Amino acid sequence: MKTQRSVPLWRDVRFWWVVGQVLVVLLTAIAIAIFWSNLSRNLQQLGIQFGFGFLNSQAAFDIGETPISYRPSDNYARALQVGLANSLRVTVFGIVLATVVGVTAGIARLSDNWLVRQLALVYVETLRNTPLLLQLFFWYFAVFLGFPRLPAHIQLPGPIYLTQQTVALPWFHVTRDTDVWLLLLSANLLLVWAWHWWGSRAAAPTVPLLLKLLGTLAVTVAIALIIFETEILGWDAPRIVADSIEGGLQLSPEFAALLVGLSLYTATFIAEIVRGGVQSVSQGQWEAARALGLRPSYILRLVIFPQALRSIVPSLGNQYLNLAKNSSLAIAIGYSDLYAVASTTYNQTGRAVEVMVLISVTYLSISLVISGLINWYNRTVQLVER
Amino acid sequence: MTLDDAPPPVLSITPWQWLRRNLFNTWYNSLLTLICLWLLFQVLQAVLGWVFTQAQWTVVQTNLRLFFIGRYPPNLAWRLWLVLGIVVGLAGLSWGSLAPARSLWSKRGVSIVTAIALGVTILLPLPLPPRLWLGAIALLLFGSFWLGKRFATLLKPQLAWAWLGAFPILLWLIGGGLGLRSVSTNFWNGLLLTMLLATTSIVLAFPFSVLLALGRQSNLPVVRWFCTLFVEIVRGLPLIGILFLAQVMLPLILPVELRLDRLLRAIAGLVLFNAAYLAENVRAGLQAVPRGQSEAARALGLNPLWVLWLIVLPQALRVVIPAIVGQFISLFKDTSLLSIFALVELTGIARSILAQPQFLGRYAEVYLFVGLLYWIVCYSMSIASRRLEQHLGVGHKRT
Repeated sequence: MKTQRSVPLWRDVRFWWVVGQVLVVLLTAIAIAIFWSNLSRNLQQLGIQFGFGFLNSQAAFDIGETPISYRPSDNYARALQVGLANSLRVTVFGIVLATVVGVTAGIARLSDNWLVRQLALVYVETLRNTPLLLQLFFWYFAVFLGFPRLPAHIQLPGPIYLTQQTVALPWFHVTRDTDVWLLLLSANLLLVWAWHWWGSRAAAPTVPLLLKLLGTLAVTVAIALIIFETEILGWDAPRIVADSIEGGLQLSPEFAALLVGLSLYTATFIAEIVRGGVQSVSQGQWEAARALGLRPSYILRLVIFPQALRSIVPSLGNQYLNLAKNSSLAIAIGYSDLYAVASTTYNQTGRAVEVMVLISVTYLSISLVISGLINWYNRTVQLVER
Repeated sequence: MTLDDAPPPVLSITPWQWLRRNLFNTWYNSLLTLICLWLLFQVLQAVLGWVFTQAQWTVVQTNLRLFFIGRYPPNLAWRLWLVLGIVVGLAGLSWGSLAPARSLWSKRGVSIVTAIALGVTILLPLPLPPRLWLGAIALLLFGSFWLGKRFATLLKPQLAWAWLGAFPILLWLIGGGLGLRSVSTNFWNGLLLTMLLATTSIVLAFPFSVLLALGRQSNLPVVRWFCTLFVEIVRGLPLIGILFLAQVMLPLILPVELRLDRLLRAIAGLVLFNAAYLAENVRAGLQAVPRGQSEAARALGLNPLWVLWLIVLPQALRVVIPAIVGQFISLFKDTSLLSIFALVELTGIARSILAQPQFLGRYAEVYLFVGLLYWIVCYSMSIASRRLEQHLGVGHKRT
């Protein structure tokens, strides 16, 4: 028996499947080839040869803030490392600060106190609807550079000193015995964890985790104080010594402006995410928890928050990524982050391609690390469905 | 009279009761209220004191033109007023014909906007010509709104085409050529440039984003990989890096004969960046269209392209309109980054005004004013987006 008439080629899905992909690959290859030939011709005209060898030559520019040691006689690779360290510093502190402010503002948006609600609303809607760059300019030029020059200063309780050259906060300072204390602290945590784990297996009601933690901590501190007679961490308050400030944590106005600007801007988005997350928990959950006779604080902690977290965490991760990427605006206010250093490197060497590759790879890795961490945490809070 | 017929009890509370209920219902709320009041008092005292006694607002007053249109030739300003008129007229028509017939809000809204515009016209210390133009445009908004409402059914399908058709006309009016005196892009500054950058970039990014989103959902693995790679790389980089790429790398990879000017390179960078972000929004929209829709369309014998064009895309894009508005808001804010690349848009003009010796140190005044301009645009768009979301959401439930 004769088979039915075969399908013409142009109506065959499989044919188009192959042709489509081959076409895309060909077009991309042609485009890349054209770009590449232009690039090599243009670079030849500029007298530049592609390669990362320039990283070993002397950078010869100064960097304002150097969390890791750096001198202008060091090479470009070292300068870029300093930039990366600066970027990471502002990103890490920014994430912590933005989370604290954002969660507070988000909860304030849901408060049953009218005034608190309105204040949070005004904060969120003003900062969210103006460009971050403009806010950074404002913080840096109008606020932090507007403080009086030393020896004049503004003193806030703390003591916190605000001056044009530096912002000084009280901070811990490391003493000779800090290592011992860290060891004791970790031992303590391990102990509590073991106790808690063991307790949770027993059916009998156990002591609350917080109480265990505080209790063992007190015992450890007491023992250590008696045996070692040392203080844990010094509490280092800044003080005015003859026209300058000594001690404490001293922040440059650039870093402070960037940190404040970035955190307050990102916090507005986090506030909206937190509010949305809490509101996404259905009203029935509140009512059921109340019907069980739970206290309001328990309702929030045990019923609402774990459920809200499921919708909050992924969006929160996006905001952390945004914060990390936005930290590159540091260049506008003269903070030497990775992008700023890379930009200076480009201006001095003209190595556009190499600098672009370095920037891309570094930021992509930072993004990957943050989203990896967030995904890992996200898996622990999501509902395990059978 | 049964219980059902009884009117609902009138709930009226005295201010005292309102205070008790909203500010002082528990001891910690009372404490919070007091702390907030004290903080508010301190901040307001400091800020108002600064605004009315220390701040020198002449820097804003004397540079008002610079903020809005920059160094655009003053004797050609009528072309920009005309542009504003066309945009406002079209916006009024769209608002009138798209607002739901029963909603009171839109009528009140347009009246409020008109009233504000007229109020600004009368109250601000402006010379006469801008006053006349502003007043006329405010009335135009009101008129076109009613026109749009009256002929809603007639206008609705034409709106998208009208906007698209108006775009080149607006560009022609701004840039000149073809019988008008041409104005170099170097003179397009201030808010004008910010608006232009934002609208052009979103309009150009949109088709790319649809292609990328479709590519990411394609069942051709190569296409899918390419699109995913592009979107993820762009989304992993900071915008400033993309703009650096556009400003520095683009001239290197394009042939020597093809020299794009700074503005075009900036737009290329913004398009690249926003296409990737929009693509994710569009993809979400595509995923929201039930599978049955395309299956049914294919069962009717439509070929895949028609299925996409007639069935899937209209439904998908309708869902993502609020997300697109949101993307536009963030794009509008992001254009400020171009001031780092020596483009004189709104933030750039603020910086160049601050660089003038007579206005040295007037940072707070200038940045607050510029911030206010950004805020007005972004906040009104975010309100519009929220309304749109509710409107679309309601429509979605009904079907």
